[in-house]
Amino acid sequence: MSDAAFALAFYACAGLAVVPAVAILLSSEIVRQAFWLLGTLTGVAGLYLLLGADFLGLTQVLVYIGGILILMLFGVMLTQRAKGTYGQAPTTRAWPAGLIGIGATLMLALAAVAATAGSGRLAPTLPATTGTTRGIGEALMSGYILPFEMVSIVLLAALVGAAFLARRSTEVAAPPSLTAGAATAGPATPPAPAGPAGGQP
Amino acid sequence: MIAVGATHFLVVAALLFALGMGIIITRRNAIAVLVGVELVLNAAALNFITFSRYSTVPNVDGQVVAIFVIILAAAEAAVALAIVLNLYHVLDTVHVDEADELRD
Repeated sequence: MSDAAFALAFYACAGLAVVPAVAILLSSEIVRQAFWLLGTLTGVAGLYLLLGADFLGLTQVLVYIGGILILMLFGVMLTQRAKGTYGQAPTTRAWPAGLIGIGATLMLALAAVAATAGSGRLAPTLPATTGTTRGIGEALMSGYILPFEMVSIVLLAALVGAAFLARRSTEVAAPPSLTAGAATAGPATPPAPAGPAGGQP
Repeated sequence: MIAVGATHFLVVAALLFALGMGIIITRRNAIAVLVGVELVLNAAALNFITFSRYSTVPNVDGQVVAIFVIILAAAEAAVALAIVLNLYHVLDTVHVDEADELRD
């Protein structure tokens, strides 16, 4: 790929990544934010592909767009009766957020320029045309075998924990022997009254 | 500005990180806060892949780390959404600043 075509593809993907992120920040509805996130994730996947990480780009599409985004939309759907989910007040704490955001942008951009200034434009070392799946698989099965196994345990724990936390019943602590004889279709305790003051002081 | 190098990718990652931080700070809805967290994690993974590509020695280490970032982001999203559902069932709200039972 020539330099001009690479630059064109980069700016297209960068715009696709950054512009929807700005729209997420300015939008006030949670469903629109989720759909703008689709654009950002697609743009970042395109940047991965431009960096020669073909496996990562496709994993990004599969896991983020196919998994996490759908999970978020389910979360929005299941909590839509909560007050303020739709048409919520757009921002709180806008001034500190703006200061921190601009400061983080400047600091990271300066660090990026400074880190890559000495050698000018670093030459890419991996050829962009060959796939990286084989190299990633060999790395995962040789040098990264311990983190690979640990992250599988983390995934199992997250699966069990999420299934446990998201259960509908609120009688979590009662062992089965205590509730075996009673009809326990509904929740054992009514939910706490939600008010602006929170709970009991 | 035709020659796109590592700096350009790093600046895009910096912008994504800052926008994610702004979203995390300004939102009250817990799911919207999760959107900001995903942006920050994407920025971190983009940095890892950039440095993996523009390094002096050919390697895939940054890409392997980015895979771990994606895996942990998926686990984090699942657990966080389960917590949000629980919060909604117990307190009837999804606003992060109304879940202050422990402070009172």
